Amino acid sequence: MESSRRKFLKIAGASAVAGLGAHSILNALASEEQAETVEIKIGPKALHAKNWGMVIDTRKLTTSADLKPIIDACNKIHNIPIKLENKNHEIKWIWEEKYQHAFPVLSGNKYANDRVTKLPFLVLCNHCENPPCVRACPTQATFKRKSDGIVMMDFHRCIGCRFCMAACPYGSRSFNFRDPRPFIEHESKDFPTRMKGVVEKCNFCAERLAVGKQPACVEASKGALVFGDLRDPDSKIRKVLKENYTIRRKQELGTEPAVYYIV
Amino acid sequence: MLELAFKGGKKYWGWMAFLLGVISAGFAVYLWQFNFGLGITGMSRDVSWGFYIANFTFLVGVAAGGVMVVTPYYLHNYKAFGKITILGEFLAIASVIMCLLFIIVDLGQPIRALNVLLYPSPNSILFWDAVVLNGYLLLNIVIGWNVLEAERNGTHYGSWLKPLIYLSIPWAVSIHTVTAYLYCGLPGRGFWLTAILAPRFLASAFAAGPALLILLCLVIRRTTNFDPGREQIQSLAKIVAYAICINVFFFLCEVFVVFYSNIPSHMDHMKYLFVGLHGHDSLVPFMWTSMALMVFAIILLVNPITRKNETVLAVACVSVFMGTWIDKGLGMISGGFVPSPMHHVTEYAPTIPEIIITLGVYGVGFLVLTALFKIVVSVKEETRG
Repeated sequence: MESSRRKFLKIAGASAVAGLGAHSILNALASEEQAETVEIKIGPKALHAKNWGMVIDTRKLTTSADLKPIIDACNKIHNIPIKLENKNHEIKWIWEEKYQHAFPVLSGNKYANDRVTKLPFLVLCNHCENPPCVRACPTQATFKRKSDGIVMMDFHRCIGCRFCMAACPYGSRSFNFRDPRPFIEHESKDFPTRMKGVVEKCNFCAERLAVGKQPACVEASKGALVFGDLRDPDSKIRKVLKENYTIRRKQELGTEPAVYYIV
Repeated sequence: MLELAFKGGKKYWGWMAFLLGVISAGFAVYLWQFNFGLGITGMSRDVSWGFYIANFTFLVGVAAGGVMVVTPYYLHNYKAFGKITILGEFLAIASVIMCLLFIIVDLGQPIRALNVLLYPSPNSILFWDAVVLNGYLLLNIVIGWNVLEAERNGTHYGSWLKPLIYLSIPWAVSIHTVTAYLYCGLPGRGFWLTAILAPRFLASAFAAGPALLILLCLVIRRTTNFDPGREQIQSLAKIVAYAICINVFFFLCEVFVVFYSNIPSHMDHMKYLFVGLHGHDSLVPFMWTSMALMVFAIILLVNPITRKNETVLAVACVSVFMGTWIDKGLGMISGGFVPSPMHHVTEYAPTIPEIIITLGVYGVGFLVLTALFKIVVSVKEETRG
């Protein structure tokens, strides 16, 4: 406390001497704070891509039992408070939805094939190319990482206005209506827990990519989820996209989701 | 001039003490919310904005409505309004203060609120809303205070004030336009995704603001020696009449587009509000009440015989105020969130703690408003006598 005040006075004094205005003092303080943000340190073995994307092969995920290990893997490593009982306060990064909720427009087709309409669908943040949530955020607490297109969250900067939740057309964001920590089953030390009053969502496991691992859901999916670089024409994901007809959620909104579904 | 707010009779202090009581109750419950989180409200993952943001939206309208007395006086030289422009400006101050408080109580991390200024994000409409609301607050404080002080001293206000007064007119329009843009630019929220949202907001604002002002004028006449004037009240009544008609017209335009186009993602919200969706219909009686109140008010306001009777006029103004409050305060926000973009129907209702905090914010607004109006009335009594 004392030292940070001294630092502040020093900066203030120096700026005053140099004739710089209050603006630079604010900037200096801001950058000090920024050093504490969640920007993930990229390790030597890190996986790189210009634009990460995911294909979900629903042919391989036909029952809730198929989805469960995938969802559990995410919940476990990201300290999702699954013991929260109030449905209003639920935190979800990746979860199961029925066809009519994952694809409300498509489900207008009353005579669609039973196999597809009865399927359970995995839904998560689409890491859109044009993310409405990033557009809406008044503090850049949610931002699109330029290097690989992941839509990320800075839990320490978020003011909890929930504009991003109103903006997201996929319901991918959750808000901590109360302290989530008592509701975490087994706390993982590899990922920060969150505090009350901030928004959170799937981060495509940016913390795992940084150390050369695939996202947890992909690893747990036994090949049903394919993760890779959408911009690399020779990547596995592009091969899968070329060989299979895929659909995306609410494509008509122009958000350009990075999550594709083989149905 | 501020000292005038500290001189008052028993009734004045009684009212202020009552408001302080309401504020204290609201503040106590807010401390609870501050500690526990927004989980004490009725909001949810699906309905992530509720009563706070709804009242914020409504009060931005009331604040903008003040311009309806400023414009005729300063722009069209309609002298009669000279007597009451200050009331419109001070009403705007109290309303904007409530708006800002509603934003603060709605934040999950209120102590980080200044991040909005520390990391200015011009792509976010919320950033612009903070800019226009604070600007409007400042404009009204500077203009209102200086004009009133000049009146008290028997002088003319400084000529430097004139450009600010002219600026305050489009600025008033901007606060409600930007507030509408918070909603109407979001993909996947069919209820709000309409270009008429900002005009509709303005129409209801220009009805609700002046309607409240008429009621306040009637209260002032009754409780003080200052009479805002019959002509002034009648002119305001005509403004309310036009605005409420336009508001209902805009709403009907919306209904036509939504149902004639037959696009489900736009119809579902309207259905939810007016007939219920998948068995969920908690807002249906409120929405029809709102419509009935507005139509009832139109009948009373358009007809000169009823409009000229001040008792009937008061009834009409209460109807306008309640009708537009339900429309915006209950329907507009919930309606946009139900059903959710994934077509889940999660209903929302404010909880008791949420309502107490809301009343606390209104308490602050009325406290500020009472103090400001007390100053106005004292100055008017002074200068007349």
